[in-house]
Amino acid sequence: MAGPRELPSDEVLVQRLRAGDEETFALVLDSWSGGMLRLAMSFVSTKDSAEEAVQDTWLAVIRGIDNFEGRASLKTWVYRILVNTAKARGTKESRTVPFASLLPEEEGPTVDAERFRAPGEQYAGHWVAGQEPRPWHIPEDHVLRGEVRELIAEAIDELPPRLRTVVTLRDVAGYGSEEVCSLLEISPGNQRVLLHRGRALLRRKLESYLFGAQGVAGGRGRA
Amino acid sequence: MNCAEFVELVTEFLDGAMGEPTELRCLVHLARCEGCETYLDQFRQTSAAVGALPGPNLPPAVRDQLLGAFRGLPRD
Ligand SMILES: [Zn+2]
Repeated sequence: MAGPRELPSDEVLVQRLRAGDEETFALVLDSWSGGMLRLAMSFVSTKDSAEEAVQDTWLAVIRGIDNFEGRASLKTWVYRILVNTAKARGTKESRTVPFASLLPEEEGPTVDAERFRAPGEQYAGHWVAGQEPRPWHIPEDHVLRGEVRELIAEAIDELPPRLRTVVTLRDVAGYGSEEVCSLLEISPGNQRVLLHRGRALLRRKLESYLFGAQGVAGGRGRA
Repeated sequence: MNCAEFVELVTEFLDGAMGEPTELRCLVHLARCEGCETYLDQFRQTSAAVGALPGPNLPPAVRDQLLGAFRGLPRD
């Protein structure tokens, strides 16, 4: 019920929004506001402020839909307004998330070194037997409902803000790397480092959960 | 290429952003390393699961206000 619904094409959406079709507005509002809130949270300091940024964005969308030119997708256009709104708020709240350079904790390996054979050993750098990732299967409906969904939501909230911003833009909003670099004024290399680290942290959480919950000794230390 | 190197290249690999020689080395590694193939697949699944996640809800009062603003917009 709460899962993502198939939206009509941009052309249809824009036409209906311009015609004042309330049902269509409610549909996009309900489909995108969640991801937008999540994204706004990585720029501003409080939930209230994030909600206001999303609210301001929708008001700008309502007033500006006639100016939408269709050069980007409707969703990209809406998200761009949000990023600018949230960024401006963040700056005012002195909670800017500067992206110019990487922090020390954002660099270095993203997988526990103990899972690989030590340098000097035979097959150095390859998975230690029993430490290699084991295949998992998350059925789609399981993701959309239930504990896995909660787990991921919580794990995203716990990501450091910069990682969360990039993961949200790429994986929730569906932006390409070029768009994210231009939105955040960040180099392609740094963008990738942050995205990679964010995804690796989330994958690790899922791994612990899925194997922990099934009582299978996966992932964690052997002994 | 070993597994410790491959796991750090997964995002670049999925973005199709790497040079041909590195991409080829990744493919060669993947062809004979089940663990890394699984890791790659799980990265894809993680990214997809994040995308399928419904976010927090707007407070009903804000939602109502926005619906009202949409309704109240003068149109020709
Ligand atoms: Zn490997």
